[in-house]
Amino acid sequence: MLLFLLKRIGAGLVLLVAATAGTFFLAHLAISDPTAALLGSTATPEQQAALALKLGLDRPVLVQFLDWAGHAVRGDLGLSWRSFQPVSEQILQRVPVTLSIVTFALLLAALFGTLFGVLAGLNPGGVFDRVIQAVTVVLFALPGFWLSLVLVLWFAVRLQWFPAIGYVSPADSMTGWLRSITRPSVSLALGAIVMVAEQLRNQVMTVSRLDYIRTLKSRGLPKSRIRMHVLRNAAPTAITVLAVMFTGLLSGAVVVEAIFSMPGLGQLTQSSAQMGDIPMLLGITAATVFFLVLVYILLDIVLGWVNPKVRIR
Amino acid sequence: MNMMPEITPPLLSVEGLDVSYGPLKVLHEVALDVRPGECVGLVGESGSGKSTLGKTLLGLAPVTAGRIAFDGRDITRLSPRERRAMADHVQVVFQNPYGSLNPLMTVGEILSESLWYAGLSRAAMRERVAEALEQVQLPAEAAERYPDAFSGGQRQRIAIARAIIRRPRLIVCDEPVSALDLTTQAAVVDFLIDLQRQTGVAYLFISHDLGLVRRICHRVAVMERGRIVEFGDGERVTSTPDHPYSRRLLLASPVADPVAQAERRAAWQALKTGAMEKPRP
Amino acid sequence: MTSAAPLPVYRRPKPVWRRLVARPVGLAALLVLATLALVAVLAPYLSPKDPNFLDLMNAGAPPDAEHLLGSDSAGRDILSRLIWGSRTTLSGVVITVVTALLAGVPTGMAAGYFGGRTDAFLSWISDVMQAVPAMIILLVVAAGSRSHFVVLMAAVGIIMAPGYFRVARAAARSVSREDYITAAQVAGLGHGVILRRHVAPGILAAVTIQTALAAGIAMGIQAGLQFLGIGQSNVPSWGAMMADGFRFMLTNPWLLFWPSLALGVAIAALALLGSTLADVMRSRSPRPADAAEAVADGATAPATPAPEMDAGAETALRVDNLRVRYRNGGTVTEVVHGISFSVRPGEVLGIVGESGSGKSQTVYSLLDLLPANGASTADGIYLRGKPIHALPEKERARLLGSAFGYVPQEPMSNLDPSYRIGHQLCEPLMVVHGLGRGEARARVRDVLAKVGIRDIDRVMRSYPHEISGGMAQRVLIAGAILGQPSVLLADEPTTALDVTVQAEVLQLLRDLRAETGMALVLITHNFGVVADLCDRVIVMRGGHVIERGPVAEIFAHARHPYTRALIEASADIDTSRRELDRMARRTESEAVQG
Repeated sequence: MLLFLLKRIGAGLVLLVAATAGTFFLAHLAISDPTAALLGSTATPEQQAALALKLGLDRPVLVQFLDWAGHAVRGDLGLSWRSFQPVSEQILQRVPVTLSIVTFALLLAALFGTLFGVLAGLNPGGVFDRVIQAVTVVLFALPGFWLSLVLVLWFAVRLQWFPAIGYVSPADSMTGWLRSITRPSVSLALGAIVMVAEQLRNQVMTVSRLDYIRTLKSRGLPKSRIRMHVLRNAAPTAITVLAVMFTGLLSGAVVVEAIFSMPGLGQLTQSSAQMGDIPMLLGITAATVFFLVLVYILLDIVLGWVNPKVRIR
Repeated sequence: MNMMPEITPPLLSVEGLDVSYGPLKVLHEVALDVRPGECVGLVGESGSGKSTLGKTLLGLAPVTAGRIAFDGRDITRLSPRERRAMADHVQVVFQNPYGSLNPLMTVGEILSESLWYAGLSRAAMRERVAEALEQVQLPAEAAERYPDAFSGGQRQRIAIARAIIRRPRLIVCDEPVSALDLTTQAAVVDFLIDLQRQTGVAYLFISHDLGLVRRICHRVAVMERGRIVEFGDGERVTSTPDHPYSRRLLLASPVADPVAQAERRAAWQALKTGAMEKPRP
Repeated sequence: MTSAAPLPVYRRPKPVWRRLVARPVGLAALLVLATLALVAVLAPYLSPKDPNFLDLMNAGAPPDAEHLLGSDSAGRDILSRLIWGSRTTLSGVVITVVTALLAGVPTGMAAGYFGGRTDAFLSWISDVMQAVPAMIILLVVAAGSRSHFVVLMAAVGIIMAPGYFRVARAAARSVSREDYITAAQVAGLGHGVILRRHVAPGILAAVTIQTALAAGIAMGIQAGLQFLGIGQSNVPSWGAMMADGFRFMLTNPWLLFWPSLALGVAIAALALLGSTLADVMRSRSPRPADAAEAVADGATAPATPAPEMDAGAETALRVDNLRVRYRNGGTVTEVVHGISFSVRPGEVLGIVGESGSGKSQTVYSLLDLLPANGASTADGIYLRGKPIHALPEKERARLLGSAFGYVPQEPMSNLDPSYRIGHQLCEPLMVVHGLGRGEARARVRDVLAKVGIRDIDRVMRSYPHEISGGMAQRVLIAGAILGQPSVLLADEPTTALDVTVQAEVLQLLRDLRAETGMALVLITHNFGVVADLCDRVIVMRGGHVIERGPVAEIFAHARHPYTRALIEASADIDTSRRELDRMARRTESEAVQG
């Protein structure tokens, strides 16, 4: 178990390095002259050169990366090129916003997705099944932001509810916080709920048809016990789907944050990319990948606990 | 036709063959030979390594030690190009008639694919396809159909046609009938015997069924856990084997005759209690 | 050489596109997409106005004769912008999908086909790409390329490539495991040829379905980027129109409504196309069976021998005129055509037949375990003389595990992989038979000892994957006899086992029968097993009983030619190859002399 965990953490570290290196080189490749974006079009070549020297841009790209990585290992993500404030401070400010939305959306997806999926899968051809089948196909493909917009439009026009703008910290007001994240989370979660429900429905139906379920029935077990066996064996799929969903929700959050004017990581990414603020982008990448690695390690631990075959290995 | 296989030099000979997948050794010092026109059976239970041996002869498994010779030539380790040329001499028929034919190709395409490297004209290829289909007793129009138009037994005939179209001298038959219904099994086995008499091709016949092996094989090798424990005349190995494992295998296979089976079962029980009592001092 | 028999008439399924348009949803989705493509191509001719012409006097104007859908916040004609927007959307999707295809499919094919290190390396890259948050990359590329449309859409394609990689890899992997790939290798075909001729066509279905889904997702990402304000302002796009509409949503909701509708309909059409394609391409045609060709010999006329009538109280189980039907769509097929049999306590009845004879369906119907679309009727089913065919479902369910025990064919797939064996065996005793935990465990230990398991503690603690197939089959037999049933139904209980293990399991069944006096109904295709264990036999073919009688009689003089053929096929203990060759030589020399 410990060895397994160490291996997973090692793989996560490799992933972290690969992802940040990828972002670093891509950013340098794409944004060939960051100083132009930072200083604006009125800057003289001399000003640009001075800034480049100050930012250390005259050094080879590999040296720059190793320098950044060397600091990052010690928890120092550097200074933003735009505000000259520590990157980590700004990210830490934004993380709670994005994490609130994404986590709440994930909870909704877990709760309702599992519920609908199980109900549909246990009664194929029933009401839930048909509704899910009809809704899934379409909602699955529609981007989260489209749903958000339709939701917002509907609220605004029919119910005269207007998007609550901005984010309220739970430290200031618990109810205010809840109110501020509800709508972005719900619009983000809609697609996820459908996806979880669909996958779980399929898995429940697959398991229900397996040989051992028939054999268990032949021993006279009542329906409720049979259902427990089905759900137990469908659980790993549900857990995996939710973990995978986390990555998708993070990307979806960028646009949803824009719609609801939430000052989260998404907004920070967008403005940093426009300004060519490479340290900030790197910091965001590192933070996001860190969370993903964490989620995947958790997933592996939970799967190992749920699935006896994995546990032995 | 070769009715006296005993005196001819071997077509295929295997000596001291070891095969490992990573740390797992699946074949231990296997020795075997097949003479021209002969059918050699390879019998064993699941995990005995009999299929691995078949794969090794076809160049599909890694050899750790030992030597494989075909017609006197060492073929243990061949370059991809030399291996490709071996297709003229050694062919294969698999167990699953549903997985061994590409469902997206017509039977004609499947059969002529084997001839690609033979440098034949289109007309000659078509002729060879028709000839092979005739040999396996399928009508010529079968070439136009897709595999899903055929039953399991017919598909296995198509797989055999694909093997013989190159006019090989050895065919590795890996459980070729075990996926078929009983009555179809018998028909395919008898067909394989006919084919051997006509063309003089040799078979390495891999199977778990002693009855089948007895009917089709001249000589039989019994495998247990990666080793050949007995190799000899088919009639003898399938009726009065020497090795205890072969004996256990034989006595465990039920016979379709209540009286004979009762005798065999009694013998099996005697062997079992004997084996159980043996370790005791 | 005997002349070849003519092939049976066989109709190949219609091509995919014809099955696709045959479905209303598929046809509708195709029509929507075709219209969209047509509008995009003909945009210069269809568009009533210049989509970029600013008419600030007209800003936010409602629809009128000149502007059918009104004007946007800068006074541009909404209809014209929608039409040109479709052109942007479609060209962007094409760039994205082509890039993703080119980057994902060849690599996925290589990974799936070659496996090993190639696979590990490529899969790792794909995993890393998926772990990097897509939006960050896209925003960086957008900033760096100054929102160059082609570059940005290609970047979306690269980000979506892992999706294709996964699909192509999985499909190539499953194709590569098929024997026809090995056969092609043995035939001397190189990897390139095999990939092109065998693997590529094999993954076509999966990649096509993925493309419909990917196009929808690409459309969504593209619109999302445009909504965020990424993209050149002089290119009309649906996403930018949505952003404009969002700003003025409260004063003029239609500005947001039209582009959202266009995007929604387009994506929904792609999604529906994808799911319909998946349905159409994955439905498989039924396989022609060997039995089907043999049926033509006319010997199947069901001259059903009259069942011997047993006095009710003497029989453990009696079944009269059992029929099993399956409903498939609108058609109903009967697979068991009214069979009758009975079995006495302590007797072993063999039900013999080949695949498709209806022997397993008979067992499932007795246990009420037919799939949802199956149903059975019978004139009478009597358990120890008591009629049970008319019992309500609940009471019949109560017979499972107590009156009937069931032993399945495949040992490994019939144990729940998530629970320890001890739990699986104790559960029915506690839930169904109302035993306490301690009693249940004690009883399970007794039964496990009875089925010949020695290290009982270890087996009870084990998960199914930790024990061997032969052990698993003993556990399943233990599960079947836990409730001390009076009838044990065993469906090919030894077919999946090696012969040495088979002999042990047959011995175990014989011992149990002697010990408990259970009636045993043994389904098998193997006459060797029949000879070993059965007292009486019924032979089934095509859902009919074609022969029945005591074992000795059937083996000595079977009346039906099919029965004789089956027995002969499984016998062959007396004819060896040497004898066959000798006989062949004799006939040959006779022919020469004659």
